[in-house]
Amino acid sequence: MKNSPSIDEQIEMYRRMIVVRRLEEGLGALHKEGKTRGPIHRCDGQEAVGVAATAMLRETDLVTSTHRGHAHYIGKGLDVYPVIAEIFGRDTGYCGGRAGHMLIADASKGMIGGNAIVGAGIPAATGMALSNQILGNDNVAMCIFGDGASQTGICHEAMNMAGLWKLPVVFVLEHNKFGLTVPTAVQSPVDDISIRAAGYGMPSVIVDGNDPVAVYRAVAGMVERARRGEGPGMVEAKTYRWEGFSTSDMGGYQTPEEIAAWKERDPIRIAFAALKGEVGEARLTRIDEEASEEVRAAFERALSDPFPAYDYHSASAAYSEVN
Amino acid sequence: MSLMRYAEALNAALREEMQRDPSVFIFGEDIGRYGGVFKVTRGLMEEFGESRVRDTPISEQALTAMAVTAAMSGTRPILEIMYADFIPLTLDALVNQASIYDYIWKGQVAMPFVLRTQGGGGAGAGAQHSKALDAMLAHIPGIKVVAPATPADAKGMLKSAIRDQQPVVFLEHKLLYNMRAEVPDDADFLVPLGKAATVREGEHVSIFATSRMVHESLKAAEALEKDGISAEVVDLRSLRPLDVGTIRASVAKTNHAVAVNEGWRFCGYASELSATIMELCFDDLDAPVARVTLPDMAIPYSEPLEMAVLPNADKIRDAVLKTVA
Repeated sequence: MKNSPSIDEQIEMYRRMIVVRRLEEGLGALHKEGKTRGPIHRCDGQEAVGVAATAMLRETDLVTSTHRGHAHYIGKGLDVYPVIAEIFGRDTGYCGGRAGHMLIADASKGMIGGNAIVGAGIPAATGMALSNQILGNDNVAMCIFGDGASQTGICHEAMNMAGLWKLPVVFVLEHNKFGLTVPTAVQSPVDDISIRAAGYGMPSVIVDGNDPVAVYRAVAGMVERARRGEGPGMVEAKTYRWEGFSTSDMGGYQTPEEIAAWKERDPIRIAFAALKGEVGEARLTRIDEEASEEVRAAFERALSDPFPAYDYHSASAAYSEVN
Repeated sequence: MSLMRYAEALNAALREEMQRDPSVFIFGEDIGRYGGVFKVTRGLMEEFGESRVRDTPISEQALTAMAVTAAMSGTRPILEIMYADFIPLTLDALVNQASIYDYIWKGQVAMPFVLRTQGGGGAGAGAQHSKALDAMLAHIPGIKVVAPATPADAKGMLKSAIRDQQPVVFLEHKLLYNMRAEVPDDADFLVPLGKAATVREGEHVSIFATSRMVHESLKAAEALEKDGISAEVVDLRSLRPLDVGTIRASVAKTNHAVAVNEGWRFCGYASELSATIMELCFDDLDAPVARVTLPDMAIPYSEPLEMAVLPNADKIRDAVLKTVA
């Protein structure tokens, strides 16, 4: 099937989803031990969106992420060790401990970047697409955003211009059913937010966000259109946030039955089932073990890394000494 | 040199920089087919086409955010926000996006964009089209804020701003667009950002002014001559970074300072200047720094009411007389 991921690509997506899952579990455990700092927004259960939506991109394609971006980072090819080091504020982190887990960027991989202002990634990707169009290259920009962000005013402004100017941008709506602690049904008059795409003259498709192959296919179609200069598209990936809004969320608004039902549809389990017949259980188990070990080692190394030394950012200075 | 209006000088800067660098593009409301409500972008769409000179929807919030990321990904955008009064709509992009990335991402991406806007009163434009929000903008670490007061500076500073690797907010003034003066024709005529200009030498008092208030200060200085007071007038030009070297040197000479800015008084740009001068030049001061500003209220529409609130040469002269008394 056109735009389907190869077996090798599926294996790599499977591996990256395991990396993200172990990262989230590790952060959860370390938060309980009091070793993390500030709120951390886990994406357990949503790995298929970030990993599969970015799997067909080139390094020169630019991605904007959210405050819940760990799967987007790993999907776009960032290494887990400097991601973890950044989360622990270490000198060896992607941004030397200046950005923290919500704002990680690696421009060399096209991740610029996480964004802790909900909705701000939408015009950000649109602006990158505008730049690509003016430069006349065939790179695309991708905005991964949530259902919460889809309610912001800036979402309308940016998508309007993306549609108007046929900008090479793909909007991947990671619909995890909650904006903060409030269910989408209490935030939006429509359940399928992607119906709004019609108002911006762009095609949209709804996809099972827990099935990495389905996400890949849907997004790849939109990426190809955008690359050909046919304009923006939207993919609404339906998924679910297993954990709270952040590590400081006391919970209580998600029913155990609902969480259990979604865990039955664990994207890693779905990927495993899809690949088992092709490559055999033993290989998948080995990949799982190796990915888990990679993350364990990355935590160990990052936690013993040095903290950065403070240095004033002179480009921000209010005064210039002239004369 | 050519005799040019301030608006024409800006137009020349835009044209020259677009000719020089194909990654420069401009966008904003009414700027293409119509040529800009103040005619700054006249003729550019015809010359450079609809891709590099874009009329936009009325979407200040997203446009500013897009300017930030377009700049991060290979182009040099120039965004026109029609009135400074619409700056509050742009603040997420300036405060939470543009200003932070160089530091938190350790210089991974440059952000060479210019946000052009115009502010200030005197045209009967009312409370939502007349403000000078200099202080709100200059408060933000990580962006530059400049405000040329003459056609030559308008051209030379805009060219410098376009070539700068940092975000620059470029503040014009609606009452300056028709001002005519000699402007250098050299395509590489650049006025550096971060450097003030002493536009009149004096001995008894230093008047530090911004934008159109430079010209009111010059009028005040002329009037003060008849009072036997020799006033030095410094056009700060760059609000952030502020050229404190020129300020120190001037106050060391005159021992008196007056800060003039068209924005509000409380937490305003003149307040910042006043505090800076008192911190850096206390030993040289013979009197407290005086401020001349807009009163802390909305800008009225009716002409006598608007003229009553705007700072002007008479108010500057009065402040000087009190300071040197």
